[in-house]
Amino acid sequence: MKKNNLILYGVLLVLGLTAPFLFPAFKVQISFMLILIILAMTWDVQGGQMGYNSFGNILFFGIGMYLCASIQIGMFFPLAEWTESGGEKTFLHTPTQYFQGLAVGLVFAAIVPAIVAALIGYGILGLRGHYFAICTLGLGIAAGEIAGGIELIGAGQGMTTPPWPKGIGDTELRAEFFYYICFALLIATFSFLNWAYKKRFGLVLNAIRDNEDKAEAMGIHTMRYKIVGWVVSAFFVGLAGGLVGNIVGYIEPIEVAFDGREMGVFMVLMAILGGKGTLWGPVIGASAFHIFKEGFWTFFLGWQYVALGFLIVVIVVFFPEGFMGWLREKYPERFGEVIDEADRKAQVELK
Amino acid sequence: MDYLIFKAPILMVQASMDGILLGILFALIAYGMALQWGVMNIINIAQGDLVIMGGYIAYFMYVAGIHPAFGIIVSPIIMYFVGWGLYKLVINKVVDRDLFISILATFGISILMQQLMNFVFGADVVVAQSNFGTTMLFDNSVTLPNSKIFSAIVSVVFAIFLIIYMKRSKLGRAIRATAQNARAAKILGVDTEKVYAATFGINAALCGVAGALIAITFTLHPYVGLPYTVRSFMIVIIAGLGNLPGVALSGMGLGVFEEFADYILGTEFRIGAVFMLLVLILVYRRFKLSRKREYLK
Repeated sequence: MKKNNLILYGVLLVLGLTAPFLFPAFKVQISFMLILIILAMTWDVQGGQMGYNSFGNILFFGIGMYLCASIQIGMFFPLAEWTESGGEKTFLHTPTQYFQGLAVGLVFAAIVPAIVAALIGYGILGLRGHYFAICTLGLGIAAGEIAGGIELIGAGQGMTTPPWPKGIGDTELRAEFFYYICFALLIATFSFLNWAYKKRFGLVLNAIRDNEDKAEAMGIHTMRYKIVGWVVSAFFVGLAGGLVGNIVGYIEPIEVAFDGREMGVFMVLMAILGGKGTLWGPVIGASAFHIFKEGFWTFFLGWQYVALGFLIVVIVVFFPEGFMGWLREKYPERFGEVIDEADRKAQVELK
Repeated sequence: MDYLIFKAPILMVQASMDGILLGILFALIAYGMALQWGVMNIINIAQGDLVIMGGYIAYFMYVAGIHPAFGIIVSPIIMYFVGWGLYKLVINKVVDRDLFISILATFGISILMQQLMNFVFGADVVVAQSNFGTTMLFDNSVTLPNSKIFSAIVSVVFAIFLIIYMKRSKLGRAIRATAQNARAAKILGVDTEKVYAATFGINAALCGVAGALIAITFTLHPYVGLPYTVRSFMIVIIAGLGNLPGVALSGMGLGVFEEFADYILGTEFRIGAVFMLLVLILVYRRFKLSRKREYLK
């Protein structure tokens, strides 16, 4: 089993490293797929492992995106002028400035959402069930509406992120550069969560999901763990947001940054499609969803969102366990579950 | 303070009157949400989209040359069947399940309805002119469109009618029995499946009335449904389930809050203020309840 795992990880790693050369036309799409996997995995920390169904992780995505872009610009040029008059035409980043700005911007895009999560976490994570779900839904939309009213970051029209500096290669290099950053971020997210789920942290999250009151009665500081879980999500989602802002090149409050209607729903949908509460579920769900979306979206010709709504209803109503849940039902031995045939028969008879 | 509303105090009267009339309308939508929440334990994210759909029915009557005020009769009838159909297609499969499943399923319905309306009715902001004129108060310094007064009166009439219906009729009694204890109601011969379908239909019909009123007093756009959902959710959690005077009062309070937020923060922050208020109220409630070691469940 261990050896198989190593081979699997090796194959995936090689595939990931060579993907931009294997599929040169789809570099940006594959980067997006990696970002979606990160979003689904971090959503699963709340939604799957902890049982707190958050619609608001998009908040950290948007904060990371705006913050990263603002710092990239604001470090070298006046931000207000940039957003006001299409500053990317008047101001140009030199390559050194560009990479310095990106590095500092990404650091802040990770840390600030994590701090925000820690600050609001104490208030919001005390809510349970549907109150939490609707509260976080409100949080994401409120953030989008408020960002749409702030002049400094371009209000409703949005702002552009710094363009790729001239003189160090073309858009192909840019796509490859961002692909590898996304890939590194995915590996970091995956290995961190893989490590954390095996520790006490993962056990506590599952205990909170199964019965929070009992977990608290056992002496676990559930609130502390819930906040740490949200901080972890916010950290990686913020980084992903900063990257997406740079890949897309244009930030708009409701359609791109606080995009509750697309990204915010996608991350929930992907995690459920793959099977929530598992490590690999979100990965599988996000890959399948993105491939399906990119492959068939164009056939819907403007009916994409109708199809999306339909897809949500169908998946949620008829397929709530996801791929991993289905596999688990089918091959329980593979998941380390021992089945007592007599007990199972007795249960079937009881039904 | 540099705000216009503090310079001209008469604007406060204007904002309060507008807010109260608007709030009565919100309370009507919230009443529908409280009904299905109490009976079926479902929070319908598509509530606001049902409202907007009802509004479009009234708008199309207006386009066809009929006075849009008749929409308050036609649109609930159509919306009743829409709600009934939605129940039979989707909701009946999620009634007994995890609450999150129902939230997500209705969220999917919400997206579906938004987009379908976007295709069928177009993405323009539309308004159905009622030509009711306006009433001037206090030396013409406060203007109230008659359509708003009309909508408030109609909301109250419908709410009273529904309350009496729930108290007196056989179906109303069945609905209340199911809300109290679905299993016991079933044992005593209530067809709960039918009751659920009727509840969802009545809720949709209420949304249809509210939508028709919104079509003549405000504007319609396919994507503005979610704020109505959040408003009604907020009203219900402030008032509590089954507290009808509370629903009316907190609806009016929310309306006044919104009008003041509109004047003080600016129109671009209006929706943002509503959603922030939701977050603040929930967090406040959580701290208030956690002092007693009770949880929101």
